Amino acid sequence: MPRRTDISSVLVIGSGPIVIGQACEFDYSGTQACRVLKEEGLRVILLNSNPATIMTDPEFADATYVEPITTEVLTAIIAKERPDAVLATLGGQTALNAAIALDEAGVLEEYGVELIGANIAAIQKGEDRQQFKEVVEKCGGESARSHIVHTIDDAIAAAEDLGYPMVVRPSFTMGGLGSGIAYDEGDLRRIVGQGLHYSPTTEVLLEESILGWKEYELELMRDKADNVVVVCSIENVDPVGVHTGDSITVAPALTLTDREFQKLRDIGIAVIREVGVDTGGCNIQYAVHPDTGRVVVIEMNPRVSRSSALASKATGFPIAKIAAKLAVGYTLDEIPNDITGSTPASFEPTLDYVVVKVPRFAFEKFPAADDTLTTTMKSVGEAMAMGRNFTEALGKALRSIDKSGTTFHWDGEPVAGEALDALLAQASRPTEQRLVQVQQALRAGASIEQVFEATKIDPWYLDQIQLVNEIAAEVAAAPALTHDVLVRAKRHGLSDVQVAALRGIGPQGDAVVREVRHALGIRPVFKTVDTCAAEFAARTPYHYSSYDAETEVAPREREAVIILGSGPNRIGQGIEFDYSCVHATLALKDEYETIMVNCNPETVSTDYDTADRLYFEPLTFEDVLEVYEAELAAGPVKGIIVQLGGQTPLSLAQRLADAGLPILGTSPEAIDAAEDRSVFGRVLAEAGLPAPAFGTATTLPDAVAIAAKIGYPVLVRPSYVLGGRGMEIVYSAEQLTGYVQRALGEAALAGDRLAPILIDRFLDDAMEIDVDALYDGTELYLGGVMEHIEEAGIHSGDSACVLPPVSLSQAELDRIRTSTEAIARGVGVRGLLNVQYALVSDVLYVLEANPRASRTVPFVSKATGVSMAKAAALLMVGHSIADLRASGMLPTEGDAAVIDMHQPIAVKEAVLPFKRFRTAEGAVVDTVLGPEMRSTGEVMGLAAQFPTAFAKSQAAAFGGLPTSGRVFVSVADRDKRDLVFPIKHLVDAGFEILATEGTATVLRRNGIPSTVVRKFSSGRGPDGEPTIVDLITAGEVDMVVNTPSGQGARADGYEIRAATTAADKPIVTTIQQLSAAVQGIEAILAGPFSVQSLQEHMTALAASATPTAARS
Amino acid sequence: MTADTISPLLGEHPEDAAVLVLEDGRAFSGRAFGATGTTTGEVVFNTGMTGYQETLTDPSYHRQIVVMTAPHIGNTGVNDEDPESHKIWVSGFVVRDPARRASNWRSERSLDEELRAQGVVGISDIDTRALTRHLRERGVMRGGVFSGPALLEHGYPRRIESLVQEVAGAPAMAGADLTGEVSTPQAYVVEPSGPGAPHTVVAIDLGIKSMTPQRLAERGMRVHVLPADATITDIQALAPDGVFFSNGPGDPSAATHAVALLREVLDAGLPYFGICFGNQILGRALGFGTYKLEYGHRGINQPVLDVRTGKVEITSHNHGFAVDAPIGQEATAPHDGGRYGRVVVSHVGLNDDVVEGLECLDVPAFSVQYHPEAAAGPHDAAYLFDRFADLMSSGARSASGLSASDATDAASTKEN
Repeated sequence: MPRRTDISSVLVIGSGPIVIGQACEFDYSGTQACRVLKEEGLRVILLNSNPATIMTDPEFADATYVEPITTEVLTAIIAKERPDAVLATLGGQTALNAAIALDEAGVLEEYGVELIGANIAAIQKGEDRQQFKEVVEKCGGESARSHIVHTIDDAIAAAEDLGYPMVVRPSFTMGGLGSGIAYDEGDLRRIVGQGLHYSPTTEVLLEESILGWKEYELELMRDKADNVVVVCSIENVDPVGVHTGDSITVAPALTLTDREFQKLRDIGIAVIREVGVDTGGCNIQYAVHPDTGRVVVIEMNPRVSRSSALASKATGFPIAKIAAKLAVGYTLDEIPNDITGSTPASFEPTLDYVVVKVPRFAFEKFPAADDTLTTTMKSVGEAMAMGRNFTEALGKALRSIDKSGTTFHWDGEPVAGEALDALLAQASRPTEQRLVQVQQALRAGASIEQVFEATKIDPWYLDQIQLVNEIAAEVAAAPALTHDVLVRAKRHGLSDVQVAALRGIGPQGDAVVREVRHALGIRPVFKTVDTCAAEFAARTPYHYSSYDAETEVAPREREAVIILGSGPNRIGQGIEFDYSCVHATLALKDEYETIMVNCNPETVSTDYDTADRLYFEPLTFEDVLEVYEAELAAGPVKGIIVQLGGQTPLSLAQRLADAGLPILGTSPEAIDAAEDRSVFGRVLAEAGLPAPAFGTATTLPDAVAIAAKIGYPVLVRPSYVLGGRGMEIVYSAEQLTGYVQRALGEAALAGDRLAPILIDRFLDDAMEIDVDALYDGTELYLGGVMEHIEEAGIHSGDSACVLPPVSLSQAELDRIRTSTEAIARGVGVRGLLNVQYALVSDVLYVLEANPRASRTVPFVSKATGVSMAKAAALLMVGHSIADLRASGMLPTEGDAAVIDMHQPIAVKEAVLPFKRFRTAEGAVVDTVLGPEMRSTGEVMGLAAQFPTAFAKSQAAAFGGLPTSGRVFVSVADRDKRDLVFPIKHLVDAGFEILATEGTATVLRRNGIPSTVVRKFSSGRGPDGEPTIVDLITAGEVDMVVNTPSGQGARADGYEIRAATTAADKPIVTTIQQLSAAVQGIEAILAGPFSVQSLQEHMTALAASATPTAARS
Repeated sequence: MTADTISPLLGEHPEDAAVLVLEDGRAFSGRAFGATGTTTGEVVFNTGMTGYQETLTDPSYHRQIVVMTAPHIGNTGVNDEDPESHKIWVSGFVVRDPARRASNWRSERSLDEELRAQGVVGISDIDTRALTRHLRERGVMRGGVFSGPALLEHGYPRRIESLVQEVAGAPAMAGADLTGEVSTPQAYVVEPSGPGAPHTVVAIDLGIKSMTPQRLAERGMRVHVLPADATITDIQALAPDGVFFSNGPGDPSAATHAVALLREVLDAGLPYFGICFGNQILGRALGFGTYKLEYGHRGINQPVLDVRTGKVEITSHNHGFAVDAPIGQEATAPHDGGRYGRVVVSHVGLNDDVVEGLECLDVPAFSVQYHPEAAAGPHDAAYLFDRFADLMSSGARSASGLSASDATDAASTKEN
């Protein structure tokens, strides 16, 4: 059955901003889908509010809308584009929910648009708990015993039947948002309360506890001829109770016999048929009782999911791509398996290797949050590794996480006695440290049975960890590092660093180990992911390393460029860097053989289609060096690109250069020059550029002295960090002392010496400006100038910004250009440069410069239509800006320093994960923005004017600004004067203003009426008058304006912000944001958003540019 | 000259070393696994990620050294429910990472213990992927696993040449008639275990897997399993409603008795179903040739197209030989001037267009090359057992024998 001929255009819905539980895997799947649909000759219309995605690059669709994913916008797009079909199964829960809303609004019917992939009935059956339970029973499976409730009272009644502990799962939420485990009635009331709120259907499922059971997932695909294949089985090392996104998982399942596996397969196939997923993928999760084998079906996702991205990378079977083909009518047997080229996609991949996925967490960003892992997903990213056995894959995956404390170690004496009991007790509470705790407990002599009792991790895995311990002991005890000792160590995943530590060879001991290893001829080989365990020849060079006998790297003649990716997503280093890496491969493909090294399964960069060769490897010095040497043996290598993947590859640059590897673009010395305060200070001084006063301290007395000299407030942070980790604004010597002591304490715990602390003068009330530029050694191209909406002091990653700047003069832009050029020249940049400036009282201070791809590169590229990363890659291999202007990669003339009145206004807004993080008591963590970055993703609002662009960005980020109702206002004293105008506008627009006494007084004197409400700290009134927190919680406030007062009296503010976040209402925490919000509200009130595709924007831009060019 | 000896392959721990040598001279070093000693056979690879216990006990692997491409083998130990026969049949077992500890609620003992107890020589810690790629490129060939004293001659490491010679002395698979070595010596009955028409089926054991009669019994059939040397008289004595020929080892071209017996079954008009070897025997009985595949199909992920429905099933395979029949067209069975009428290739392997099933249009007979009993493997093809039951229920045949008009009737009956 070939492709359907009754469909000629498809609207693809993307997944919006990166949030916990829905990350760049949907860019990977969406990009694959768009590519396939275009290849099939369909007109592709795409909606995604996330500019940092490859899928929203204009070449991947015919009409790309970077607009909010709302029913209103979707309706406008459908009315304008009149697509034949909507594909919503590749954009995560966001797209699925958007499709349901569209259907409910009658839009699909009105315009005669067909939902392809999965229809509404199937989505409902898969996602609605009760319906799904019936499906499972029909299919001969079993569900956990359960009750559906819509109120807290019903939940308490259900507890009588089910008993505690009990699992709570809200319907229709993603990433398990709002779910949890209730051990008693208190827990139950709290979790059900939240769950009812998050569920769009105010529905929560309560079920018997299957905690501690073995957990499995199957990824299935079905075509319209009813052929079904199981693409991959995944086993969770962490048993039921930890969200699969937060579990360490393994593919294929390793502890089931064939009979048991086939039972899961049979149920899965029956379920996908019964649910009626017509075409495409679905994911089914199972629990298996470890003693009886009783199988309980947990849930299914009738769509492509995070697990399917993992399964695609784990097997080489591109689920999203095939799902897209199935959606337009092909059957599995009509689609070739790309990897072999000779066999069809209607088969089940078989693996001759083991895949391990390890989640990466960011609890350090939310110190108040409870770090217990539960059925609500909390991880922000993941790393995947492959090896020819479990221990090898596990060792590689753990070191791919790129965070201290995540790998196995044998430092110090093993614990004993009560300390061991305590360790086992700790391990019984799942946290991100659990696997290392397990390893330490086994090392200390705990039996596998004891550890199993504490963790319910399958004994087979525990024995494998024990095996690693035994091998470590052999390494430590061996009289010398012989061939066999080293081979065994490497075969079971020990890194050179770990071997060196075991041998007690001092710092840089890994270099010694490497030398011995190379002298003994012990090198990894590179095997191929081929979907078929070598039964057929593979034609895609998708490799992973293993210590085994035979390598499969093919010789090549073309010169190669190796691009280092960014590793697991984390806050501060996410999809934006993958975007740049992917662009580099696209730009270099014509001239070079492109080779990607990365370990993040969620990304487009690790699609085997992206680069010419893919190495799925950890981004450590050892692993990268081995890839380089293997490729050098295969053919000429031009060099390595380290500046596009963020801090992870950048931090390897110097060592790689020292080892003789050619680093392309900005040299490691220049990278250091920008990081090193004194060197960079000289660069600025020579160029005559002002910077805030600063100093570097390594001891407490130093720090206090420097801060006194500079003057408070100061900005303090450790050097060499990305995402502002550990950055704080400090107002006094006491605060500073506290900060330094904490840093010293952490360093002592980690066994490190204290990294230098950078102390900068903090510029109050400054406007922050972000600049992305390109430099080729002689010429500068200013890519984008972004004006932050919040004042300086809020991390640039969390701050909303606007491009082109809406309040900078030509003179200021000229100054920015001159300064940026001076820095680029002084540092010695070849490629990308990001500079942050602060503009205070007409002085342009340089805050910092980073000679690498920044987080804003995709935003700038999308807003201006110029691919900065592609251009940078070409500069790094030796092209000049003049070349790129001539070839059309860059505009023929001008750059961001030239004000173009026709350019649309783009607003970037950050998306923050506060809702996900609760304290151990269940309260939301504080939501105040600060110098430490905490956002997970971003959206873009694009319009002709700022107010509409801002309103769109808010709608995309969190659902939108209110247009009527009540606004609560409580601001710090310093902000009170600036409050009057914006609030006046709100009153004029019909809003009711609630205010605390002090704020109300200011408003009253300015003739603005407001209602005084009780502070939280004053408690309820004598007649039960509610406090502001009560009102917010009751949903009676539509927007909250609360600026923190910097010092002291924070408690009220915290309660207000937490309640607002929990109630899902917009919160404004800076006065600049308030002005923008008021402008946005006025824009919404002026009429519905009009939508324009990027392609239309570009055409308009080009049209407006032509006469200019003609004039010049 | 150490280069000529295996001593470089023995590493720092020669006491537990093992060596695998192929007849083309390629050698792999590893560690002894299971029993120590010498074993030779045809080296084949199996790509299933589950089901090692079923694989080991599948009689079709008789005289074969099986390489598992999945690296971790033995994780779920050994239980007494899953074997496909009373013993391990593989002549040798090659794995990369044997489990140190079995973990499964049904596990009774470890795989290593089981291999030792049954005297099966194995080798572990070798690059199974490199070996698999070698077999894929060069075709399956004979090989040997040597461990313990078998590595030494007069107390010194043996020369590789002598191992290769030993391997070359082993009998080849082509031309081998192995049925007699695996078949049950005595007839036995598997009683019905589920609902369904109470048909009596005679199953000829050419190396039968225990799941097969079980699948028939689940559908209400009483299954008389007879030894491979059974005659048509033995079969007819049981007055069966249908006859089944099982899977089994060896070269179908050497299975002269089975082919002759099947022709008698067809002549008697008895409904016939064959699996694997039983498919090849039908092919030969109909007058088609059989040939040895370069490296065979052994795995549980193989896509097969049911030509009649256009649907794809994921199936379990274990075959080194295949039937040479025309795909995509109706043909007349060549034997005896078309005595058995028309035949179609009913199932095709989608990976390499190999014949995976035959269906006679004028006599009540069909067969598949793969394993609908699926132990190990997916259950997608279980419908074939129902098809067999339907064929018997349709009463297409009496024991009155074959005539041309009957054959035509049969075909038209089936189309109703």
